[in-house]
Amino acid sequence: MSRKGFIPLGNRMGEGRPPGFDIGGTAVVQWAVARLRRIGLWGRGLVLAVPYVWLLLFFLIPFLIVFKISFSEAVLAQPPFTGLFEWLTDDSGEGGKLQIILNLGNYIRLWSDDLYVLAYLSSLKMAAISTLLCLLVGYPMAYAIALAPPARRGPLMMLVILPFWTSFLIRVYAWIGILKANGILTGILSSLGLVDEHFEILYSDTAVYIGITYTYLPFMILPLYATLEKLDRTLLEAAADLGCRPWEAFLKITLPLSMPGIIAGSLLVFIPAVGEFVIPELLGGPDTLMIGKVLWNEFFSNRDWPVASAVAIALLAFLVVPIMIFQYVQGKGHDGEVR
Amino acid sequence: MRRPGFLSWALWFGYAFLYVPIALLIVYSFNENRLVTVWSGFSVKWYGELLENEQLLSAARLSLEVGAISATVSTVLGTIAGLALARFGRFRGRTLFGGMITAPLVMPEVITGLSLLLVFVALEGLTGWPDGRGMTTITIAHTTFTMAYVAVVVQSRLVSMDESLEEAAMDLGARPAKVFFVITLPIISPAIVSGWLLAFTLSLDDLVIASFVSGPGSTTLPMVIFSSVRFGVSPQVNALATIIVLLVSAGIFVASVLMTRQERQRVRDEQMAQQGG
Amino acid sequence: MTNQVIRKPVRLEPWLDPNETPYVRIERVTKRFGGFVAVDDVSLSIYRGEFFALLGGSGSGKTTLLRMLAGFEIPSDGKIFIDGVDMSDIPPYDRPVNMMFQSYALFPHMTVEQNVAFGLKQDRVPKDEIRDRVAAMLDMVQLAKFARRRPHQLSGGQRQRVALARSLVKRPKLLLLDEPLGALDKRLREKTQFELVNIQEKLGITFVVVTHDQEEAMTMSSRIAVMNQGYIAQIGTPTEIYEYPNSRLTAEFIGSVNMFEGRVVEDEPDHVRIRSEEAGCDLYITHAASAPVGTPVWVAVRPEKIALSKEPPVGAHADGRNTTQGVVREIAYLGDVSIYLIELAGGKMVRATMPNVTRRTDLPITWEDTVYLTWRPFAGVVLTQ
Repeated sequence: MSRKGFIPLGNRMGEGRPPGFDIGGTAVVQWAVARLRRIGLWGRGLVLAVPYVWLLLFFLIPFLIVFKISFSEAVLAQPPFTGLFEWLTDDSGEGGKLQIILNLGNYIRLWSDDLYVLAYLSSLKMAAISTLLCLLVGYPMAYAIALAPPARRGPLMMLVILPFWTSFLIRVYAWIGILKANGILTGILSSLGLVDEHFEILYSDTAVYIGITYTYLPFMILPLYATLEKLDRTLLEAAADLGCRPWEAFLKITLPLSMPGIIAGSLLVFIPAVGEFVIPELLGGPDTLMIGKVLWNEFFSNRDWPVASAVAIALLAFLVVPIMIFQYVQGKGHDGEVR
Repeated sequence: MRRPGFLSWALWFGYAFLYVPIALLIVYSFNENRLVTVWSGFSVKWYGELLENEQLLSAARLSLEVGAISATVSTVLGTIAGLALARFGRFRGRTLFGGMITAPLVMPEVITGLSLLLVFVALEGLTGWPDGRGMTTITIAHTTFTMAYVAVVVQSRLVSMDESLEEAAMDLGARPAKVFFVITLPIISPAIVSGWLLAFTLSLDDLVIASFVSGPGSTTLPMVIFSSVRFGVSPQVNALATIIVLLVSAGIFVASVLMTRQERQRVRDEQMAQQGG
Repeated sequence: MTNQVIRKPVRLEPWLDPNETPYVRIERVTKRFGGFVAVDDVSLSIYRGEFFALLGGSGSGKTTLLRMLAGFEIPSDGKIFIDGVDMSDIPPYDRPVNMMFQSYALFPHMTVEQNVAFGLKQDRVPKDEIRDRVAAMLDMVQLAKFARRRPHQLSGGQRQRVALARSLVKRPKLLLLDEPLGALDKRLREKTQFELVNIQEKLGITFVVVTHDQEEAMTMSSRIAVMNQGYIAQIGTPTEIYEYPNSRLTAEFIGSVNMFEGRVVEDEPDHVRIRSEEAGCDLYITHAASAPVGTPVWVAVRPEKIALSKEPPVGAHADGRNTTQGVVREIAYLGDVSIYLIELAGGKMVRATMPNVTRRTDLPITWEDTVYLTWRPFAGVVLTQ
């Protein structure tokens, strides 16, 4: 109920005696500080400015640049794309015209060439299926840990998180040995007579599903566990007391109440999975179409930065809605108390 | 627990799913030959080869350096960001800031990698810095995307911390900066440490972003591993994997021993409080 | 019942002395959070040496008002003056005010000694002086032995004393306390009430306490401000609030009260007569009441002012005023007093308290007895709102 007390910077427009640093020094310093104070950049503002400017420079502006490059053309030059703006003058050096060329060719290609459209759709499909698999494997695990005696929950969660601290790349690589022809799993299956000896799960969509589920599992379990752990056990007891069978109680009480965890976990898996590159590259086949691979190939193999940029922008467009949902859910969790 | 049946099985299946591949990696790192289907005897020769692999070792060195530097810078920036989000109230530009902080958490790495590379190219064109791409650009890139994780960890911790501690300090005469360094920081220090570790691990592990922003002569460990395994199994990588797993497990073991000790001390303190009366 | 602390006022009622200037002046202060008004146009004066209570339920605005005094919230409108100085631009760390928090807010990573010394360090007090003052303060709250311990090694009562020591060591002129006794069990609460009052009188500090516990407020304070939904319902001494409530709200908030609804039938200079159907009689009030004939009013009569008897009343009640009849439905035996719930003819339930003057195990009045209720003419308070 109590409201927070830090005096917001906006009210302190240089009047009276603001909080924060008190600085002596020369007249110049005083003057500079006063001006900074006036625009709200002293004290907290200054501190905040550092990460703010960093992020603007290295996160926001890059997106704008990607956007800009997506309108240019690939050339054999350094950097390998054309500029958008050109200042034109006629022969006598007069007249000033700013010519802006927007090459929509990249985007048109995205639309018209089947490869890209299919890759987008396939990425969405594969990410969605993987998210579902993660949920199916992860929910019972999270629930089981949440039900365990409190002393054991820490170590159990620790066991879930430990793989995350080992290399992601190496864990994906581990599956190569298991899923390839004459690999460990396939070897077992063929010695049981279930498949022939050249059977290979590797280099297929299935392998990618396994890979994504495997590597993203901790991201699903963590938020699920956080929500399930907070679940009031007495609700289930009350349900049982009122004659509800365990399964019903689960469907009607536990599942709906754990929805925030399900949403958070699903977003944490789905969004990055759509643009995943490493897993489809290492475990997927030539038919495995994922947009991350397409972007990579455009950039590294075709050296076509503009098309790669266009692919990236289009991918972002797809993900904008899920990303905003994610930020909304995150924000609700933390900003629940008004500051 | 009322149902030791289904849930228990699900849990153990999950753990098996998580750990069997890792276990297999370790086992086969000691396999005499390269094939996974044939076990020809126990051998540590791959470890020997690993230690002589100059390319891999120098890549490892680079990765560790980049990791340490980027984790440190990222922890500082991320802590400030987390502090701002948790304590500064509704400041101007908060929505944008919040968005920029949480977006990297879910942004596909190919997008972040590409965009960072383009900004480095543009900067180089405009100002001549950075001069080519290499360790500096990788470090900056890693700092940028790991900052988000640190910010989230720090913000969570701050939100659950009792703000009246900071108010009490102010009430007793300490100015906001003093309050932060003398009261807030010591209390949230475990979160900051885990933020650093998280940033370090993420940096060490990153392949995609590093591939985009690195240059000739600056190859990171994941990049070397990737080119080794692109075309199949590589036993040296198995050996490397085993070493990494051992290091991580040792680290976690030490951490949990420390935490258990802390826990026991806490219980003792509480008993003392009850009796002291 | 609780032990009543008889307060000897440090100064006799400074609020009545026109030459006294208040130490704290709250002038038309309002606080809005978005669309919600937490504190609504509150004006208040607190004098030096007072033990002033802000009493109210949750959402009454009392805590917000306290936090504005401390400087953690800024008033949306109005001004606050402490010792004549406008506090509008002064942040919490520059105010001559200290606060004791409800959760104690002890710094977990510092020892008791360091906690108490913290405020003095901020003021750059010399080390020797800090040491002496901290030691003296720890002695005063009897925690000298625990100086090296950390907060989580202390019990709840000990932590509270550390919080108190920490806020007093700077010798503030004004001390704010947010629900100081809330977290303590009953026994500790009574003991701490005594201690707080003693310390306050000894050091001469002005205390402003926020509480929802009316017993606490009545026991310790020199004056109480009853707050409701952001505004002040009434300010007065405990006696004034209890015996002369200015509204139904205040009357019902403190202690128990019987409310009789009625209509004025006589309004004379020396008395007022109110006819009440639910009381089953006329209420005759001889003091401080005036309302035009025909006005609907309520009359508040406290349970302890009602006398019960099995015999019909004589004398002044003969004409049927201030007396009625009913059947005893419930009795609560509290040891020193008994509370009787009596149903009147019209169905209204009346509460009466009688001290147990006999030591018999069978009470003189028991369930289902028909009794007569009487009260004196000055016992009731007429309320028009």
